[in-house]
Amino acid sequence: MDKLQFWKVGEKVSLREAFGRVLVSLAKERNDFVLFDADVAGGTGAKPFVRQFPERVIQFGIAEQNMMAAAGGFSDFGIIPVVSTFAVFGTMRAHEQFRTAIAFPNRNVKLCCSHLGVDTGPDGATAQMLEDLAIMRSIPDTVVVVPADANELMGAFCSILEIRSPVYMRIGRSPAPVIFDSNHRFEIGKATRIKDGKDITVIATGVMVARAIEASDILKKKGISVRVVNLSTIKPLDNNEVLSAAKETGAIVTAEDHNVMGGMGSAVSEFVSQNHPVQMKIIGVNDRFGKSGESDELAQYFGLTAEHICKAVEGLLKRKM
Amino acid sequence: MNLEQTATEIRKLCLESIYYARSGHPGGSLSVADILTVLFFEEMNIRPDEPDWVDRDRLVLSKGHACPALYAVLALKGYFPVSDLKGLRKINHYLEGHPDVKIPGIDAPSGSLGMGLSQGLGMAIGARYTKRSARTYVILGDGDMQEGNTWEAIMAAGHHKTDNLVAILDANRLQGENSVEKQMNYFPVIEKVSAFGWNTIEICGHDLKQIKNALNEAKSKKGKPAFILANTTKGKGVSFMEDKNYWHGSVTMKDEELKKALEELEYKNG
Repeated sequence: MDKLQFWKVGEKVSLREAFGRVLVSLAKERNDFVLFDADVAGGTGAKPFVRQFPERVIQFGIAEQNMMAAAGGFSDFGIIPVVSTFAVFGTMRAHEQFRTAIAFPNRNVKLCCSHLGVDTGPDGATAQMLEDLAIMRSIPDTVVVVPADANELMGAFCSILEIRSPVYMRIGRSPAPVIFDSNHRFEIGKATRIKDGKDITVIATGVMVARAIEASDILKKKGISVRVVNLSTIKPLDNNEVLSAAKETGAIVTAEDHNVMGGMGSAVSEFVSQNHPVQMKIIGVNDRFGKSGESDELAQYFGLTAEHICKAVEGLLKRKM
Repeated sequence: MNLEQTATEIRKLCLESIYYARSGHPGGSLSVADILTVLFFEEMNIRPDEPDWVDRDRLVLSKGHACPALYAVLALKGYFPVSDLKGLRKINHYLEGHPDVKIPGIDAPSGSLGMGLSQGLGMAIGARYTKRSARTYVILGDGDMQEGNTWEAIMAAGHHKTDNLVAILDANRLQGENSVEKQMNYFPVIEKVSAFGWNTIEICGHDLKQIKNALNEAKSKKGKPAFILANTTKGKGVSFMEDKNYWHGSVTMKDEELKKALEELEYKNG
């Protein structure tokens, strides 16, 4: 592959841009994947690949159920379909096709979707996918990946092509601060401890990771030592890292741009409650539909900012005492 | 055994397996038996001793509930022992109630109607993309034609001009609760599918020669996928099951019902 061009820490980059970059870069080295598109390559970030490798794009028009089941059949010939569309269509409209025609026969298909959570912004409730983690992680044998920044997305995409199993990956939309430098190694099923701390752990995923780091800096000034963990694989869960958080810090706040029901927080609490119960607080969208607005306005509106994380941490610490 | 006797043998094995399972769908299995017979014994390029051979022709039984007939065919072709058919739908056995790719010879999971043609289309595009000569056959049922997903696939196959794809509609015109005409009529179908850019052919789905000829014609027309409307009779070959909704499934066959059915079929095979 062309040496991947990573972004500098602190830059603000949409993960969609990273998706396009890694597709193009990898395509130069390996010819064992194609893109399945449903007329949204401009929206998912795959456009640069479509421009440079048009012969490696299979176009399905706006008919995602067909695209998904076709990806299952196509994979039988040893070429990996990278299926890309907006998450509402990819994970929800074509959910049964993914489950029955891809996951059940354990076919090697990678579903990479954009337009996640309220981060989607002005398009509003119908486009804002707030239920994908709940429905995708409940499908057996399916790997669920949520990169935190543009650099991590590129590493994650390389990793998911290396494993022979169905994968769902989230691609964030709004420009997000780059957290990881080029030395960061994404590993499927492995969480990253970004900051160590002893009072409490914030386990965050996707756009919430940068906000969790911000929160930990604010709290540090108040004398609260916060461990920050980036959980970029929701399934399989990094049990060891979660268990360490529970045992060593005694309280866990989770943060995700997703419904509080069934998502990453639920995955963590399922494990924690059965293995080492500690006080927890799940931050996310409180079982509501989204709405229009800019991403940062919506984060404020739905309670997904660093300040909201700080408040949750302080609240939980009181209960922990 | 000639082809006709093979088809009858398949019907017998299929009914026996449903009898031992105490559930299953005899009506649709019997209506598709002749189509499967011609495909596996005359048409498809396959290697039963190498089920995953990448250049093989592929079969997607979209009407997955008719799998007892497919399992019987696979057993007779040698994919697994005929005696295994008695394990259909059993807890400690691999012959699932609907097709599962873990079963030797099964190319696609099905049972949830509407997804078969898309999977077959994906295979056809995959074969073309990898420059392989493999052809893909998809068997649809009446219920598949009521699912929106099937029509997405019809549109896309016409658009992509996948002439290595053949869809065969086993149209017995009876569905779970009533006739197709009363529940949700999708006819006329030839005109609709033609309009999406398919080469369409209409035959009797129990006439082995007509089935074979239609498959040959499908192969000869370049630049278009082929759609074969096979007019069939639900429960074909067993007089008391023919054209009866009751035998759609999932029924428990009584001893005397199996006995009578097998006698009729044996008489036919001489």
